[in-house]
This record gives sequence, structure tokens and C-alpha cells, in this order.
Amino acid sequence: MNTTIMLFLVQDGITNGAIYALLGLALVLVFAVTRVILIPQGEFVTYGALSYAMLATGQVPGTVWLAMAMGIAAFGFDLFDARRSLRLKRILRSLVFNVVMPAAILALTYRLAGPKTPIAVNIALSLLIVAAIGLYLYRLAFQPIAHTSVLVLLIASVGCHLALQGLGLVFFGAEGLRGPALSNAALTIGPLRFTGQSLAVYGLTVAFIIALWLFFGFTLMGKALRATAVNRLGARLVGIRTTLSGQIAFLLASLIGAISGILIVPITTLYYDTGFLIGLKGFIAAIIGGLVSYPLTAVAALLVGSVEAFSSFYASNFKEVIVFTLILPVLMLRSLAAPEVEEEKD
Amino acid sequence: MNQRTPLIIFAALMAVIPFIPGIPPFWIVLLNNIGLAALVAMGLVLLTGVGGLTSFGQAAFCGFGAYTTAVLTTAYDVSPWLTLPLSLLVSGIAAVLLGIITVRLSGHYLPLGTIAWGIGLFYLFSKLEFLGRNDGISGIPPLSIGTFRMLDPGTIYFAIWIAVLVSALLTMNLLDSRTGRAIRALRRGHIAGEAFGVQTPRAKLLVFVYAAVLAGLSGWLYAHFQRAANPTPFGAHAGIEYLFIAVVGGAGYVWGAVLGAGIVVILKEILQSYLPYIFGGQSQLETIVFGILLVVLLQLAPTGVWPWLMSRLPIKPARKTPVSSLPLATPVRAQASSDVLLQIEKARKQFGGVIAVNDVSFDVRAREIVALIGPNGAGKSTTFNLITGVLTTTGGAISVLGRKVDNAPPQEVVKLGVARTFQHVKLVPDMTVLENVAIGAHLRGSSGAISSMFRLDRADEAKLLAEAARQIERVGLGDQIDQLAGSLSLGQQRIVEIARALCVDPLLLLLDEPAAGLRHMEKQRLAALLRQLRDGGMSVLLVEHDMGFVMDLADRVVVLDFGTKIAEGTPSQIKTNPDVIKAYLGATA
Repeated sequence: MNTTIMLFLVQDGITNGAIYALLGLALVLVFAVTRVILIPQGEFVTYGALSYAMLATGQVPGTVWLAMAMGIAAFGFDLFDARRSLRLKRILRSLVFNVVMPAAILALTYRLAGPKTPIAVNIALSLLIVAAIGLYLYRLAFQPIAHTSVLVLLIASVGCHLALQGLGLVFFGAEGLRGPALSNAALTIGPLRFTGQSLAVYGLTVAFIIALWLFFGFTLMGKALRATAVNRLGARLVGIRTTLSGQIAFLLASLIGAISGILIVPITTLYYDTGFLIGLKGFIAAIIGGLVSYPLTAVAALLVGSVEAFSSFYASNFKEVIVFTLILPVLMLRSLAAPEVEEEKD
Repeated sequence: MNQRTPLIIFAALMAVIPFIPGIPPFWIVLLNNIGLAALVAMGLVLLTGVGGLTSFGQAAFCGFGAYTTAVLTTAYDVSPWLTLPLSLLVSGIAAVLLGIITVRLSGHYLPLGTIAWGIGLFYLFSKLEFLGRNDGISGIPPLSIGTFRMLDPGTIYFAIWIAVLVSALLTMNLLDSRTGRAIRALRRGHIAGEAFGVQTPRAKLLVFVYAAVLAGLSGWLYAHFQRAANPTPFGAHAGIEYLFIAVVGGAGYVWGAVLGAGIVVILKEILQSYLPYIFGGQSQLETIVFGILLVVLLQLAPTGVWPWLMSRLPIKPARKTPVSSLPLATPVRAQASSDVLLQIEKARKQFGGVIAVNDVSFDVRAREIVALIGPNGAGKSTTFNLITGVLTTTGGAISVLGRKVDNAPPQEVVKLGVARTFQHVKLVPDMTVLENVAIGAHLRGSSGAISSMFRLDRADEAKLLAEAARQIERVGLGDQIDQLAGSLSLGQQRIVEIARALCVDPLLLLLDEPAAGLRHMEKQRLAALLRQLRDGGMSVLLVEHDMGFVMDLADRVVVLDFGTKIAEGTPSQIKTNPDVIKAYLGATA
């Protein structure tokens, strides 16, 4: 192997790793706040990516109808929950939030979608759609069982993954799609060529890590989210609305997922079911980061990306085996280093 | 109703089904699939529902079972019956290797870790040359007895369902035993079990291997049922689906696994065959509906369908009452060389910069009740944890009967005859009082997992339960013996903890706030019991906030404040000690 190939692999690894880092961050975020291990994170990626790719060809993606349907269902859930104390203000708020908002997104999408729509508008539309889906997903699937065990939440999460993946096939078909690059600028340093796309990947990843760090460290809402993560009941007692915390976590996760998707769909062809595997690699990073540390997760993600790049070069057949067994030594180290201290969890 | 009766009825029913005239052969295939899935799910019931260890990787163990027999029967012409033990062995060894790494992981690391190696193994199966890569291995010979070859689904049906029924029986036997109680205590954390001698890591590894062997059995049957093995049924989705089955059926119940397998397999079949008629030929529609149904099901019955059904059943299974006259041998222990049972010398515990216990020294002699008092945060419970090995000391020495125990694991401390209760009650809420208390006698029994699966442990077990029943009677909870521990009041739960500690037949009893939550009469009964224990030769060290209770009962009192011992003496000396008054009431008092 010569230096050029090595540099190329490193670059490839870092680009992939940055995406895994974003997803890992989202997983850590959602787990910390809601105790949900978010398997459908991969679907947020594909929904974001493929919605963007479809919008770029001037078509309206089916996801926008899904957001609408989920919004209406969420409104139904809200009505059912509030059936003993139906107050107009509450109903109206739910109506605006769950029905008017997705309807507005729907109208906006139909209005703006077309072959000549600028890339920025397409991106904004896909983000809006996926964010709405993420928000309603929490309301529909997880909020009613927020108090149950991690296991039940995990199974529900798998159920969501299956349903969303199946819907992905309906919306986007079995054919893979690619989207237009965010920018066609390129930069050459020595033997390496940096595309505008990969620079955008690096930039956004770093920006997100800093933003999350600021959000959780320095804002009241961020601190409230962390408090919810540590102790749900305690957080409620001091006036934090844990439901809101969950919604925010899902909103952020779906946004991050969609952004990751939009970032990679110009680089690789995505299929309706690609998200699962991408999400899982984000998981590996998140596990290495211990599901608690953002910087560690980011570093681990870069490692996963690099290992993937190098093993696809040397032993492409065993690429996935290598990436997924990478976790074993890490787990072993973790279990040797940190004795269990958790008690009484169920 | 006898516990076996439903099993026999079910077995008879399953035996008759294939002979019903006109039964579609396809139904038999479905039943075979249910049986295969139920086997894996049963392992998960034990692992996840009972033991609290979530695994997504069970499908990979099926793969080990299936590929072992596939390779050996096709490439080396080994008889399928010979490959059965080998298949189980390979799955078991794989489980030991993976288990050593993953089982120690706590909480959410474990499920995530299992997803990771589950997927890794799937890719390995699909890339290895000698396993036939993605195409797998075909032409696996059928099971045969003499010249009778189990070629069609209707004959291997019997092999599959015999395996299911036998496994269910063995699993239920295992759960209803000394080892079973240790496994059932795992889910509530390891501290309580270890305080009574349970080797938690070993118990975890045991269930992990057990579940893997059941999965390997399912894989072996699958290979001879399909007569082929390819990677797809051993991938991540299959692993997730097995967990589904266990959770939908009711993750803590052996029959929940069978029920869950029935629900999921039939549901998928119905969705696959009827949805296209209703909605046209949309592919993957069944996955969508299946996913949504799953979420709905969990919202309606988060604990699973089996317990939901059982609670609606009018007949409750009868419990056997233990014969409380069976004697249990007293444990052989080292004899005291001196009068001092427990000696604490300059014990110290630091958590970072905080000194929780600051060079505390005191002792407990034989036949003595010593009270450890002090304001909240004085380091009393930390001292308990140091004595019982839950925490390791930063400095100083602790010895029991002249033997150094600082930094010995809890399992060793209890062997010396030191038993304890916890400030925050650590009982298993969904086990009965009797079963909870019997955990205390864990070290006084010897039957292992294998002997309890085959019911060879009954004599041993009866003695353990008899001892537990005697101690429950002794603390005055005889009427609650068959109630679930979680249904008792907090005060009563504390008393259950005392009974559990008494099952150790201890020399020294450590009680952490035993009187909290008790009513006046109950406190008096407790005091009388403790005096009676002391007069019988036992020593008691207790932490308590109720001063009336302490001053009436204790022979000596040790006072801690901010981790430091500030006074020691008889109750009357302590009552007038100015330092103690200052610590409790402030300087101006």
C-alpha cells in the first residue's frame, strides 16, 4: 500500500465516521433522555435522504403524507388522553401542533416541489417532514409506555423500525436513489481531493457536537433534559415536563438522522433498507462511547469509519464482520475497567 | 390442581393434532415453526425475562447448532443423532466465550453488545467458504430411527414438540429450585444475592449458556426439518424476532414463550397470506402492519399476553406447603478463638474527596446487641457495606472471628456467619415470601442446575424450604408465607429480610434500620425477637434511628458523626454524653 491509498482510505474513513458520529450522538441523546434505544434512527436517515432525493427530481415523497397521518393519529391520542377534561384551549393547541402543522408542511411541499426547486428549499422541506415524523413517533409509540422497562421500549422501538422500513419501500420503491451534491466545489491538497460534500460533512458534524455540548451544558432546557435522563420522577417533581423532554429528544434525533442522510445520499446510493446498517454502525460508536459521552462517541465513530474503510480495502468480504466484532474488545475492556454499580433497575 | 396436570393435557393435545382427519399439512408446518421459535424464546424467557439479561443474538446460536450438524452430516457423513450433542456443545462453547465477555456488562450495554456480535456472526456465516457462504448448505439428511426417516413435516413434528415439552419441563424445574431462585434474584441487582453467597457472574453465565443451548437445539432441529441451512434465519432480524416472541408472550413465563411463538408465527402467516388480498399486491405490507401491531400490543399489555391470560383464569395453581419439621444441618464454621466476633480497626472509606468512614474502630462480642447510631450521612450504612464486603476499605482492618475480611467478597463474608438486611429493602417483589427467604439458605444447600432440572434436588430442596418456613414462622409472618414479597407493607418487607438473614444461621446479624416503618407493637415484637436471638447465642449489630427502640434493646451503643466515632458506651452513658447531644441537637442545645 502506498501513502496515497492510505490517505485516501483515511479520508474515506473520516467521512463515514463523521456520519456515524452524528448518528451515535443522536442515539446517546435519545437513550439518555427517554431510555429508548432508537433502532428507527436508520429510518430517519433513509427518510431524510430519499425524501431529499425525490424532491430533487421534482416528485413529492410519500413521507409527507406519513407525517400528516401520524399527526392526525397523535391528535386522536391526545383527545383520548384528555377525554375526561376536554378543554378547548388544550384541544386547540393539540390541533395546531398535530394537524395544522403537518397540513402546512404538506401544502408547502406540494406548492414548492418541482424540478427547478433550489437545493436549499428541498433540504428544508425534507428536514421539516422527517422532524415531524420523529416528533409524532414519540407521541404515538413511546409516550404511552414511557414508564415501562428498557426492554419493552426496545421492542417497541424494533416494531417502529419494521413499520417504518416497510413504509420506506412503499414510498421510495426498491430501487436505490442518489441526490444532488450540496456543492460542486472541490479543493485539492497534495494528492487528496476534498469535495465540497465531504467538507460539509466534517463541518456539520463538528458544528453539531459543539451545539449539543453547548445545549446540554449551558441552557436550562438542556439541563432539564439531562435531569429527566437521571431521574424521571425527580424531574417531574421539580416541574420539568418529561413528555416535552422526550419530544425534544426525538425531534433532535430525527433532525440529526435526516441531516446525515442528506449528507451521504450524494456520495452513495441509498436504498429503503440501508438505514438499519448505517444506524447500527452509529450504535457501535455509541456503545464504545458508553452511551453517555458525546466526545468519546465522536472519536469512536471516526475509529469505526476508519476500520470500515481499511477493512473494505483489505478484506472486503469480512468488512461487516470486522466492524461488528470491533466492539468485543471494547466491551471486554469496559467490563474489566468498570465494575457494575447499577442496582434496582428494571 | 397439580402443577403437572396442565402440562400433561397440553402434551396430549399436541400429540393428537397430527391425527385429526383432514388437518391441512400446512398447519403442521406452522406448528413446527412455532415449536422451533418457542425453544429459542424459552431460553430468552430464562435469560431476559427472569435473569434480566437482554440478548438479541440468540439467532446466532441457532446458527451454531444448525451449521454444526449441516457440516458434519453432509461433509463427514456423521449420523444426525451423533451431531445433536455436538451441536449443543458448539452452541454452548460459543456461549461461554461470548458470555464471558458480554454477561458482565450491565444494563443497556448487554443488549447492544449482543446486537453487535449477532450481526458479526451472521456475516461470518454468510462469508465462510466451508459454510457455503450465502447459499448455505443443502442436502442435509433427515432424522431417522432405524429405517423410519422423518422426511415430512408430520413426522419431525413429534421430534420438535417432544423437544419443546421436555425443555419446558426442565426449565420450570430449574426455576423452581435453589439455583432457580438465584437466577430469579439476578434481575433485581446483584448485591442482595451476593450477600447470601450467590455467585452472580456464574449464575449469569449459566443462564446465558442454557439459553444458547436451547437455541442450538432449535437450530439442530431446524436444519433437519428444512434439510438445509443458510445464513438468513440466523441474522439480526431473526434475533430481534425471538426477543419479540418472548416479550409478547410474557417475558417471565415459560409458557409465555410457547404462546408468544404461536401468536407471532400465526400473525405473520395471516398477514403474509391475507394482506395482499385486501390491499392488493403491495410488498412488505405485512412488515408495516406487523410492526404497528407489535407497538399496539405492547401498549395494551406491556407485561405480555400470558400473565394477562393467567390473571383471568379462575383456577389458581396450588402451592405445596413445606413440611417445617425437616431439619437442615447447621453449617460447619470456624470456631471463635476469642470472645470477639467482629473487630473493626481504623476502618476508612473514601469516595474521592469525601471521607465516609474515618478511621472507625469498635468491636462486637459474642451474645451482644450493639447499636450503631448517628445522624443521617454519618457513615453507618457505609460501615455495614465495608463489613459485608459490598464496598472495599480504603484503609484499616476488619476481621470476623480473627479472620481478616476487609476486601473479601460478600460471598466469603457470609460464609463466616455474617448475615445482613438492607436499608433499602432488596427483595424480589415477584417471588413469594417463602422463596425470598429461602435465598438466605442458599449456602446451606448444594444442588446444582443439572440436578434440579432432573428433580434430583428434592430432598435438599425440601430441607431448605422447611428452614425458610421455620424462620418466617419465627419472625411472625407465617400468614404471609405464600404472598408475593412486593405485596407486603414496607415494614413487613423489612421483617422478611430479617427472616432471610436468619436462614444463614448467622453468628452475627447486621440489621440496617430494621424498625423503620414498623408500628409500636411490631417494634416490641421485633425487640423481643432480637433479645431471644441474643440469648440463643447470636450477636446483633444494628443501625437504627428510633432512639427509644435502641436504648431499650442495645447492650452497647457506638455513635458516628460525619464518618467519625464520637462516643461508645452503654445506653445510659450515651444518653448523657455531651458530644452525642451536640451531634444530634446542635451546639446550643
